[in-house]
Amino acid sequence: MTEFFESLGMSYEWAWFVATVSGVLLIALPLMLAVAMVIYVDRKVLGAIMMRRGPNVVGPFGLLQSFADGLKVFLQETIIPSAANKGIFLLAPIITFTVALAAWAVIPFDAGVVLADINVGLLYILAISSLGVYGVVMSGWASNSKYPFFSAMRAAAQMISYEVSIGFVLVCVVLFAGTFNMSGIVMAQKGHGLGFINGFFVNPLLFPMFVVFFISALAETARAPFDLTEAESELVAGYQTEYSSMSFALFWLGEYANILLMCSLCTLLFMGGWLPPVEWAPLYYVPGIIWFMLKTFFFFFLFSWIWATVPRYRYDQLMRLGWKVFLPMSLVFVALISGYLMATGHFTGASA
Amino acid sequence: MIQTLAFYLFASLVIASAVMVIMARNPVHSVLWLILAFFNAAGLMVLVGAEFIAMLLVIVYVGAVAVLFLFVVMMLNIDFAEMRAGFINNVPLGLLIALILLVELIMGVGAWSAGGIALGTPDGSAAQGLGQSNIEAVGALLYGKYVFLFEVAGIILLVAMIGAIVLTHRQRPDGARGHQDIGKQIRRRPQDATVLKNPDVGEGVEL
Repeated sequence: MTEFFESLGMSYEWAWFVATVSGVLLIALPLMLAVAMVIYVDRKVLGAIMMRRGPNVVGPFGLLQSFADGLKVFLQETIIPSAANKGIFLLAPIITFTVALAAWAVIPFDAGVVLADINVGLLYILAISSLGVYGVVMSGWASNSKYPFFSAMRAAAQMISYEVSIGFVLVCVVLFAGTFNMSGIVMAQKGHGLGFINGFFVNPLLFPMFVVFFISALAETARAPFDLTEAESELVAGYQTEYSSMSFALFWLGEYANILLMCSLCTLLFMGGWLPPVEWAPLYYVPGIIWFMLKTFFFFFLFSWIWATVPRYRYDQLMRLGWKVFLPMSLVFVALISGYLMATGHFTGASA
Repeated sequence: MIQTLAFYLFASLVIASAVMVIMARNPVHSVLWLILAFFNAAGLMVLVGAEFIAMLLVIVYVGAVAVLFLFVVMMLNIDFAEMRAGFINNVPLGLLIALILLVELIMGVGAWSAGGIALGTPDGSAAQGLGQSNIEAVGALLYGKYVFLFEVAGIILLVAMIGAIVLTHRQRPDGARGHQDIGKQIRRRPQDATVLKNPDVGEGVEL
């Protein structure tokens, strides 16, 4: 995009600046729209599984429900508890929201359609997603209230635990792809399965890692069955209890942006990103971004489906699953995969 | 131009937040300032082209170490009055440590300006990294040249980890409160755990 603005007669610096800012807007605004629609989808899927209608009043098929909710929240009064630590109380939702958006900078939506094509893309995502816990912890502490505090403690322990296994799963993917660059990882999946299926998930060594990643993604975004941070039967609404109006909405938006991010990560790391599911020339006439969105949407549907189906975990079971099942399992697979790749001489050139 | 601006932005933020770490009255605020300092230090790393180190700094320090700091500091119930009372008592010790650090700094700078000594100075292998990406250069050094030191560091960490587990682990005897047999919990079926009764109207249930 920089070249385009340069062709309009700008100097390189200005062209880069304008291109980056418009790139940020081109990602952030559709993302907010997607979050609004995805909340609607979430409620609609939940309604369908519970055999009720879901939102169906505002707009055709209730499509505008999320916007109505947004407007309502926007018009409400922001209440700051008198005992709260005001600065941190207001900073926490902003951090959650910012961090949820920042990670999208390295997500490739199509071949070459990415804001920052950096060669440590996957590490960047890991770094940014590990910041997500601060919004929760800070809000829980700053609220100066028991339930949010419990929730913050739970969130900190839960997110750290599952980040460990997510890290090892990412190592497995990187070993196969040979790069940390997101576009490189997608291109490495081209024809990976039997020469015509695009995606790492068909690899018998990577499929268990795919399952581990998906479940860890549920835990990392605190979705059911791991939504212990906002378990309404125990903690009112968890860390969001004291929040109102836009500060509450920022949490809500950040949470769903994170869920979408995890869905798109599943797509990019295991399902071949913007590539069509199989190598068949007519499928390439469909734009890559459509495939990317379809796959991401599929994973989001799985998230909603699980939310409607599975009961909540007990906290000690959650910790046991993270540390005693996923961590050893992913460690073993890191050893297995690197052993397999060494034995088959998969390592080439630079990494040898 | 923009690099210079970014450098001064990050550098001044690092210094300012480092000062705030010790100036803040609330320990939780201190930890949050420390996190801001880490984050801006990562920004400086990106500016000098060490993006891998920058990401590791954020992942390891901001994402894990600082969270645990925050966790512990939040859990502690710190009595501020008591802390201020201790301040006067600890001033001599603090001054002594500050003096030692100052002398060390002066000696270090003096030694550096006097010229380096041949004590493991890099033999041009740093130039090897040119044209490679960060990760490849770090990997080649860590798993090639310094593989022995790297593995020793790994073993030391492993020992520390096992030590921590041994110190905190306690085996609960069977049947004690809190003892869990996970296999038994998983094997439990609805038929064994629940009984369906269909009592007639006006009659009680014998369980």
